[in-house]
Amino acid sequence: MAQKTIAGVNLEVTEDGYLEDSTQWNEEIAKEIAKEEGIELTDKHFEVINFIRENADAGLTIRKVGKSGIVDIKGFYELFPGGPLKIASKIAGIKKPTSCV
Amino acid sequence: MKKILILGAGTGGTIMANKLRKALDREEWDITIVDKQQTHYYQPGFLFIPFGIYNKQDVIKPKANFIPSGVNIIFNDVDKIVPEENKVLLTGGKVLAYDYLIVATGTRPFPDETPGLKDELWYKEIFDFYTIEGAVALKEFFETWQGGRLVMNIAEMPYKCPVAPLEFVFLADEYFTKIGIRDKVDISYVTPLPGAFTKPRATKMLGALLEEKNIEVIPDFYLESVDNKEKKIKSYDGKEIPFDVLTIVPVNKGDEMIERSGMGDDLNFIPTDKYTLQSEKHENIFVLGDASNIPTSKAGSVAHFASDVLFDNIMCAIKGRRLRAKFDGHANCYIETGFGKGSLIDFNYETEPLPGTYPLPGIGPFGLLQNTKMNHYGKVVFRWMYWHMLLKGKELPIESEMTMAGKKK
Repeated sequence: MAQKTIAGVNLEVTEDGYLEDSTQWNEEIAKEIAKEEGIELTDKHFEVINFIRENADAGLTIRKVGKSGIVDIKGFYELFPGGPLKIASKIAGIKKPTSCV
Repeated sequence: MKKILILGAGTGGTIMANKLRKALDREEWDITIVDKQQTHYYQPGFLFIPFGIYNKQDVIKPKANFIPSGVNIIFNDVDKIVPEENKVLLTGGKVLAYDYLIVATGTRPFPDETPGLKDELWYKEIFDFYTIEGAVALKEFFETWQGGRLVMNIAEMPYKCPVAPLEFVFLADEYFTKIGIRDKVDISYVTPLPGAFTKPRATKMLGALLEEKNIEVIPDFYLESVDNKEKKIKSYDGKEIPFDVLTIVPVNKGDEMIERSGMGDDLNFIPTDKYTLQSEKHENIFVLGDASNIPTSKAGSVAHFASDVLFDNIMCAIKGRRLRAKFDGHANCYIETGFGKGSLIDFNYETEPLPGTYPLPGIGPFGLLQNTKMNHYGKVVFRWMYWHMLLKGKELPIESEMTMAGKKK
């Protein structure tokens, strides 16, 4: 665990930079984490981020985001290139997604 | 007469039929099990068919052989469950009422979910090995194949038997070495995961083994479609990988009956309490094995361990007591690594696979996260145990609950 100041707030983050406490999240923090990932957030990004925050407890998959009605899977990749679920979760201030085997 | 109805006579359903019939009074409790197929497949054996190690006869037996007397078996498709009325409708019009329902209808591959997968190359140069048809077709293909690019791809998480595609590439490495064309075969392992496996220590151990055997891992690849003309798989973010033969784990989903009943998530898995195995919505419905959405492996070992917990909880429910047994997510997987060796992993919801010995601390005989001959024998012997002990609900010499004894942190 590490301390990090993001958007003027002192936060606890994991080794990979995910927020420990998702209730501390706000939009300014999201913008700053996104900048570190090389992403400029648009309204569309925030629609996806809000969907992710609302469904965090139910377990998320790329497929599920693709069925959200906000973006399809291709669009999700375009908004968050590389690993969309991992990156979007980090920006949304929720835990790193885990696949269980 | 009170009624327990079990849907699915696979590993989980068959074990429950045996356990419950033994425990419940025949004058008081009627037990019925429904399945659409009459044949029980030993699914862990499918993996060995493409390499000529097992044949079809080694992995099939009649389901009826494993259902005890005093349990009604019905071979019929299920149309849907009507949980509000405690009823199950069978295709053809028959209606079955229940007091308690156990759903053990498993998961299966749905190649239709991926554009181009079940197309002109299906069972010609594209194969799954999670069905008897796919495994046998692949065996015939390998018998005359001269070499080229072999691509093993996993389409979506979760899928059943998470170690099987790894075992497949290890066995392929051995097979092509033995027939003398390994230098003409490129093997790659293409996965949506960030590495060979999900949990860190197992990923490290298995990743090193793949490298040693000259099998390339291509991570973070999420399959969008298959191009049959150019023989390429394509990902959502525009990556393309060419193949000469594609072996695929198609998207896995729960039974379509779950969807018709309105009881599943987006992949037809039933939301289930991961500790009690009770359906989240209906207190007289329990879910066993791959049909549920609990966050552990979809594997026979899990259904087997969970069956002890489910048995306790159904006995509690019948007596009106609180459900006291808790499932820990225990999974135990033998991993064939080729050339007569194997590895073994043992884990649960909380604990990732760790090195050590199993089941006896310090003695074994099996080595956890180690590559040994003894682990391979364990897998060989297991097929006998499966047919003769496990399905019939007999005690095995291993505990249902995972133990830390013998594991090193």
